Amino acid sequence: MKRPRLARLAVLSIMLAAGLSLAACQHESPQPWQLTDIAGHMPDLALSLTDDQGKAVTAADYRGKIALLYFGYTHCPDVCPLTLAQLHVVMQKLGTAADHVRILFVSVDPTRDTPAILHAYVAAFDPRAVGLTGAAAEIEALTKRYRAAFSREPGKADGSYEVSHSSGIYIFDANGKARLLATPTDPQDKMVHDLQLLLNTGSGT
Amino acid sequence: MSMRCLLILLIVGMLPIANLHATQSSQVTASHAWIRLLPANLPASGYVNLHNAGASAATLVSAHSAVYASVMLHQSSMDAHGMNNMTAVAQMSIPAHGSASLAPAGYHLMLGQPSHPLKPGDTVDITLDFADGSQLPVSFLLRPANAADPE
Ligand SMILES: [Cu+2]
Repeated sequence: MKRPRLARLAVLSIMLAAGLSLAACQHESPQPWQLTDIAGHMPDLALSLTDDQGKAVTAADYRGKIALLYFGYTHCPDVCPLTLAQLHVVMQKLGTAADHVRILFVSVDPTRDTPAILHAYVAAFDPRAVGLTGAAAEIEALTKRYRAAFSREPGKADGSYEVSHSSGIYIFDANGKARLLATPTDPQDKMVHDLQLLLNTGSGT
Repeated sequence: MSMRCLLILLIVGMLPIANLHATQSSQVTASHAWIRLLPANLPASGYVNLHNAGASAATLVSAHSAVYASVMLHQSSMDAHGMNNMTAVAQMSIPAHGSASLAPAGYHLMLGQPSHPLKPGDTVDITLDFADGSQLPVSFLLRPANAADPE
């Protein structure tokens, strides 16, 4: 119990420090956001992948919705489900407004993560979660675009392998503009607060 | 595997007196044991709080189950760049008169190849193996994938 807590605390303080220094760059109006403001620091949502229904999709399919972009893989039994379960709680707290939000779970393990497996996986967490997979090169380009690098450790004797992946949750407004970055260690209420603010102010900023 | 066995033999051999006293498993109590069940036969994660009432540390080295053919002691970690990683670990120590937990985003039992379909609400018995060869059977409650961390 102590070790993970400490590790979380350490990462949180790094994230906080990064957030504060970023906030210090913007002298103007007081920060309305509780998560890290990445507006202008990250490119718009752009992707060309296959969703968990087997349909080809692009960012245009999610215009009009707030998108929560998260990279993971289904053979990740600990951190990925924890994050998705936390996002499910956030969606529940948003109530009916959650219909205007989509969780986009992008697989960094497209070899094993077929649309069918992804469908069963995301459906177990939240009805507004979408699983996305595609060509390895396409997924790599997407992770690079958001500096969410991932790596695959060499295969073991039994053919299994482990994947490292970024833990960040990238939040895009209804126009596909990158707005906020959350980490799994951020309290859920911060994300609820910021998503409500994004939903209320609309996307037309 | 053979390294681990050698280590166990070494420890057991070096501590014959300790071995005559309480075994590690007899000092440890388990609580809040649960499994986050995932769909499509995907590997699941097992969590449990362990309290050691003994005067010496207890060391968890592995676990096994009649239900899951594959049970591995794993640790998730996150580096300063926010990169998540999961690695197999050889052991986990529960300090004397102290506690240690397998909990989300930290130590966990990675559970694969169940012998039969499982559903939330069921329980699965998993036996924890300690460095001195002693064992502690624990009943784990199966919870749905999107269960909130009950801590
Ligand atoms: Cu694991």
